[in-house]
Amino acid sequence: MSLLKPDLGLLFWMLISFGVAFFLLAKYGFPVIVKMIDERKAFIDKSLLAAKEANEQLENIKEEGEKILAQAQAEQLRLLSEAKSLQAKIVEEAKTQATIESVKILQKANEDIKSAKNAALSEIRAEVAALSVGIAEKIMRRQLTDSAQQAAMIDRLLDEMNIYKS
Amino acid sequence: MFLFLIAGTDGVFAQENHHGATQDGEKLNVTELILEHVGDAYSWHIVTIDNKQIAIPLPVIVRSSNGAWHFFSSAHFEHGHAQYQGFSIADEGQYKGKIVETNAAGEEIRPLDFSLTKNAVSLLMSSALLIVLILSCARWYRRRKVEELSPKGFFCAIELLITTLIDSVIKPCVGKNYARYAPYLLTVFFFIFINDLLGLIPIFPGGANVTGNIAVTGVLAVFTFIVVNIFGTKEYWKEILWPNVPMWLKVPIPIMPAIEIVGMFTKPFALMIRLFANILAGHAIVLGLTCMIFITVSLGAAMNTGMSILSIIMTIFIDVVELLVAFIQAYVFTLLSAVFIGLSQVEPHHHKNSEI
Repeated sequence: MSLLKPDLGLLFWMLISFGVAFFLLAKYGFPVIVKMIDERKAFIDKSLLAAKEANEQLENIKEEGEKILAQAQAEQLRLLSEAKSLQAKIVEEAKTQATIESVKILQKANEDIKSAKNAALSEIRAEVAALSVGIAEKIMRRQLTDSAQQAAMIDRLLDEMNIYKS
Repeated sequence: MFLFLIAGTDGVFAQENHHGATQDGEKLNVTELILEHVGDAYSWHIVTIDNKQIAIPLPVIVRSSNGAWHFFSSAHFEHGHAQYQGFSIADEGQYKGKIVETNAAGEEIRPLDFSLTKNAVSLLMSSALLIVLILSCARWYRRRKVEELSPKGFFCAIELLITTLIDSVIKPCVGKNYARYAPYLLTVFFFIFINDLLGLIPIFPGGANVTGNIAVTGVLAVFTFIVVNIFGTKEYWKEILWPNVPMWLKVPIPIMPAIEIVGMFTKPFALMIRLFANILAGHAIVLGLTCMIFITVSLGAAMNTGMSILSIIMTIFIDVVELLVAFIQAYVFTLLSAVFIGLSQVEPHHHKNSEI
C-alpha cells in the first residue's frame, strides 16, 4: 500500500523544512518567549510581594496615626481638667482673699465707728457737761454760790445717769 | 470558525464534483477517490469546471537512471495524461500516481524523485508560516520590557499554549533538565498543530494531508529518537544494556537487553504510526461522508436530498471533531516525546543510598 511507504522526496523536503523551522525557532523563537514569560512571572511575584509589604506598612502607619490621635486626645483632656482645677483654685483663692479683706475692712470700719462713737460720746458728754454746767449754773446761780459744791453734785448726778444708762 | 468550516465543506464538494463529472455516470470508486485525496500529488488541484481542471502546477525535480537531473513544471504531464522527457505518471501498478521512467526493457522504474509535491509545498509553506508567526511573537517580546503589559490577542494565545505545554507537559515529563528540551518539544507541537489545521482547510493553501503522511511523521519520530538517545544519561544506557534483573536473563542469552533495544525503536515507531493513522483517518472520514452525496445519486432524488443533508451535518460535525483532534494529536506527540526524553534522563536509583 503506497500510503505506508514513505516517499524519498517528501522525506527530504520534510527534513529540510522541519530542520530549518527547528533551527530558527529553537534559536530565535521559543527561548526568547520562554525567557520573557519566566521573567514576567518573577516580576509579578516580586510586585505582589512589594504590594503586600506596602500594605503592611500602610497598616502600621494607620495604627501609628490612631495612636498619636489617642495620645493627643488624652493630652487635651488632661490639659482641660488641669485648667479647670487651676481655675477653681484661683477662684477659691480670690474668694478667701476677698473674705479676709472684707473682714479687715469691716473690722476697721467697726473700729472707726467705735472710736468715732467714743469721740462723739465724749464730745457729747463734754457738751452735755458744759450745757448742764451752764444750765445748772444758771439754776444754781440762783440757789448755789459755791461752784465746787455744784460740780460735785453734777458729777454725782452724771454718774447716776451712767449707771442708769448701763 | 463556523463560516470557515462551511466554506471548507463547500471546497470539498467542489473537488468531488470534479470526480463525479469526469467519471460521467460511471460508478464512483470511493476507495480510489479517498486514497487519491489523502495521498500526495504532483500538482495542486483546486477545482474542475466543465471538465477543465484548474490546478497549480508544481516543480518536478527528478534524476533519471542515467544520472541527469531534470527540472520542469508538472503542467507538462497534463494531469497525468502526457509523457515528458521520458517521464510519466504511472497509472497503475507498484508506483501508481508517482513519476516513473521506462527503461530499455520496457519496465517502469522509479527515478530519484525530489519533486516539490503538494505535500512538500504545503510543508514549506506551513513551516514558513510557523517561523513568521513564532518569530514575530518573539520580536514582540524582545521589543518590550518585563514591566510592560502582557500580550493580547494572537500573541496571548501563543503564550497560553507555550505556558500550558511547559507547565503541564514538559516540566513534569522531562524533569529538571526541561529547559534544554523545551524548544524542541515546542517546535514539534506547533509544527504538527499548524500542519493539522492547514490540512483541515479543504482549498488552497490547505487541504494537503501532511501530518497524515508517513514520511512526515517518520521524520518527526526520528528527530525524537535522536534527541532521546543522544542526550540519554549513562544510567539510561546501563538500563538498556545491563538492566537490573537476574543474571540468567542477561547471560548467556541477552534476553532483557534485546527486549530493551527493541523498545528503543518501538517508541518512535509508535509515535510515527499513531499521528499518521489519526490524521489520515480524519481526512478519510470527511471525504467518505462527503462521497455519500454522490453515491446516493442513483437512489433517486428524495433519497439523495435526505442523504445530502445528513452528509453535510455529519461532515461539519466531523470537521469540528477534527479541529479537536488536530490539537490533541499535536499535544499527544509532544507529551509522548517528553515522556521518552524524561525516561532517558534517569538518574541512578542507588546513588542516594551510597552517599549516606
